[in-house]
Amino acid sequence: MSDPKEAIKEKSMVIQKEMLANLFTELSNAKANGKKVVYTFVPGNLTELILAMDMLPVYPEINALQSGMRKKSGSYIKDAEKMGFSEDVCTYVKCDIGMMLNGNIGPTGEKLPDPDLLLLSYTGCFTFLKWFENLERLYPGVEIAMLHTPYQEDGVITEEQLKYMVKQLEEDVIPKMEKVAGKKLDYNRLNKMLENAAKAEDLWVKVLETAKNRPSPIDSYFAGVYYMGPLNTAFRGTEEAVHYYEELYKEVTDRMSQGLCPVTPEGEMKEEKFRLVVEGPPNWTNFREFWKIFYDMGAVIVASTYTKVGGLYDQGFRHEPGKPLESLAKYCMGCYTNLNLPQRVDLIEHYIKEYKADGFLINSIKSCNSFSAGQLLMMREVEQRCGVPVGFIESDLVDPRYFSYANIKNRLESYFQMLGQRKVILAQEEVTA
Amino acid sequence: MIKQAPERLTSLLDECKSLAFDLNFTYAKQWKAKSKFRLLVGYLPIYVPREIIHAANGLAVGIMGVGDRKQIIKGDAYYQSYICHLPRGVIEMALDDNLNDFDGFLFPSICDCVRNLSGMFKLAKKGGFSRYFDYPQNFEKHIGGTFYRELLETIISDMFKINDHKIISAHLNNSIALYNKNRELIEKIYDIREEFPWRLSAVDVYHIIRAGMVINVEKHNEMLEEIVNLLGEDFGEPMDNIRVVISGAFCEQPPIGLIKSIEMAGCYIVDDDFMLGSRWIQGNIDSTTSDPLNAVVDSFLTQSAPSSAVYDIFNPKSARLVKQVRDRKADGVIFCAASFCDPALLDRPDLQKACDDAGIAHINFQFHENTGQFKVIKEQAGTFSDSIKLWV
Ligand code: SF4
Ligand code: SF4
Repeated sequence: MSDPKEAIKEKSMVIQKEMLANLFTELSNAKANGKKVVYTFVPGNLTELILAMDMLPVYPEINALQSGMRKKSGSYIKDAEKMGFSEDVCTYVKCDIGMMLNGNIGPTGEKLPDPDLLLLSYTGCFTFLKWFENLERLYPGVEIAMLHTPYQEDGVITEEQLKYMVKQLEEDVIPKMEKVAGKKLDYNRLNKMLENAAKAEDLWVKVLETAKNRPSPIDSYFAGVYYMGPLNTAFRGTEEAVHYYEELYKEVTDRMSQGLCPVTPEGEMKEEKFRLVVEGPPNWTNFREFWKIFYDMGAVIVASTYTKVGGLYDQGFRHEPGKPLESLAKYCMGCYTNLNLPQRVDLIEHYIKEYKADGFLINSIKSCNSFSAGQLLMMREVEQRCGVPVGFIESDLVDPRYFSYANIKNRLESYFQMLGQRKVILAQEEVTA
Repeated sequence: MIKQAPERLTSLLDECKSLAFDLNFTYAKQWKAKSKFRLLVGYLPIYVPREIIHAANGLAVGIMGVGDRKQIIKGDAYYQSYICHLPRGVIEMALDDNLNDFDGFLFPSICDCVRNLSGMFKLAKKGGFSRYFDYPQNFEKHIGGTFYRELLETIISDMFKINDHKIISAHLNNSIALYNKNRELIEKIYDIREEFPWRLSAVDVYHIIRAGMVINVEKHNEMLEEIVNLLGEDFGEPMDNIRVVISGAFCEQPPIGLIKSIEMAGCYIVDDDFMLGSRWIQGNIDSTTSDPLNAVVDSFLTQSAPSSAVYDIFNPKSARLVKQVRDRKADGVIFCAASFCDPALLDRPDLQKACDDAGIAHINFQFHENTGQFKVIKEQAGTFSDSIKLWV
């Protein structure tokens, strides 16, 4: 069960903690300092635009996941259910609404400021749209900007889609942002931020690719969700983010050159026994217990799809200073959940092969149709194409009622057993050959 | 003595009933078999502009799930228990060859389940084309309108690749006029139902509208016209029922037993959103222009019914529901959504609040398309009806 020990932290994590603390202080002083606050989502976020207009972003999903980690989500969800939200719907939405009903207290214990703008860049999830309609009712009269991001239904970003996005940005989204910010968008400043974004993205890809090494010096899922934080949220485009990724990359390559395994909350993993690719978000309410099941078994996640919800940089995308709006548009359309199912299967197949994974695991999230609908077919396709053992577990993001430790542990143990047996057979075959 | 419904009406209603639930789509397949230049394009809830499919010598066939008419065996292996029922029935049909003669499929942008189902069809290589119909959520003519037109052109070109049939303006204007007529007649049926709810049941209305999703519009219009005429006669007997509007069942469909139970519990259903796609466009589309595609685009931008499927920040869908209750002289609303349906269930608290603010009574329950037990629902609806009769 849950480990009471204080988690061991790498230097990069300490840097990130400081960055976040400063952001929340800024947010709690935002109204006093006349700073405008924008609520927006992580996938397909327009952070550079927000920051270039001196506004501060708040990400409701991040609030929800932090509420989950701080064990507050259960009661928030119940409060939203009392208000009439069904047990069946996305728990991120209910957790966020419950948090607002309870005073909108952020992770540092201070109240988060009300939004001046709801910026709905609606990438890869229809529920986002419903979520923001509900937020608008909670903050009547708030300015709203909506960027409809077309789905890559045919597996490509078309010229028409790109034009549609750019037009929305130019004629609707940016003017509304300028109105709230009280200033014009400075394109030079935006370009500079996109340049920084691309530098951080380069470094992030290098970090991710260290997992190709044996043993992998990182866990691309459990640690990956921390590593991706600055790039996916309020810091993309800043010097701080570049510095963070420089530090992280240094740390990771040091570990790699020493042949070390990933750092876990209980210290360094001693041996890499299994290399896995994981699809689906993690559970947040029991995050450490969940992770522990893996590191206790020597299982390292070498690639995950969840760490691509904020962008597929490892597949070549970079923010481009010369073409700011086109590149923001492509960014939004390129996030993982905006890929169609065949693209998602191709990507997973690629990860399994590139990262020489022993197995593929899906953590299917009750709340999240965007991820979950179709995963069983994806699993079959991957199994057929790659021939690796596949595993399937179920949990939820922030609803503790849907995390069954015993059930998940049992399933994973059987899965690891199967992986172990397969390794023995493969080794024997190699000897015979 | 209670005057009986005309025999012809009964036989038309029987025909609608058998068409509505023919999961082999026999009529549509026979229609297609008559010419090699004809197309069948399946579409899921909620809305596609059927006019363009008609103009391309095609038949748009609504795929509304399997209800309780088909046992799900394979479909359950494709979906986790916490995903609504509709897509598993659709996959079952696809795997069982019910959809074999279809040339293409459209998956309107209603939620991520339907969106991902479009990818499953692609992986399973079903149909000549299968597209997620990602209609714009921006309603500015030169932004969302331009994008929508391009989207329609893509679908037109998908169809052209299959049957080589070029859409000319006269064809499209004709199709627009036919569907205008179709919506007018459907509204007439609802108006009659509003005034004389005892002349045909909610289940009859359901069958009539659903039949129209699997046959050609010309035939449906003929049937509707005849039904409207026959409903002009005086028959049946009013009952002491309350009048309700059903809200939230616009995608996965409730089983017929559920609709029946609500009425048997003393509630006349005077309006609903069961097949909102057929009634999506409010009013007529201009069928006389030299650029009819533009008229179809405009109608989407300016005449779409406010619903859970379009971005709705200023809340017209609540206003629409309240207006619908007032216009239909309803006593209350029954919120009736499919389990695990995010679009309907996330809208529900706000719609309920609008009802509270307007002093409209409401109850809610959830269903699966294959729910088999209606006792609780009947009791709930009965209590609702009694309480309204007592207090209003
Ligand atoms: S459905 Fe999934 S992607 Fe959408 S808001 Fe909920 S958790 Fe996020
Ligand atoms: S019933 Fe609801 S969740 Fe299911 S496919 Fe339809 S809209 Fe989506």
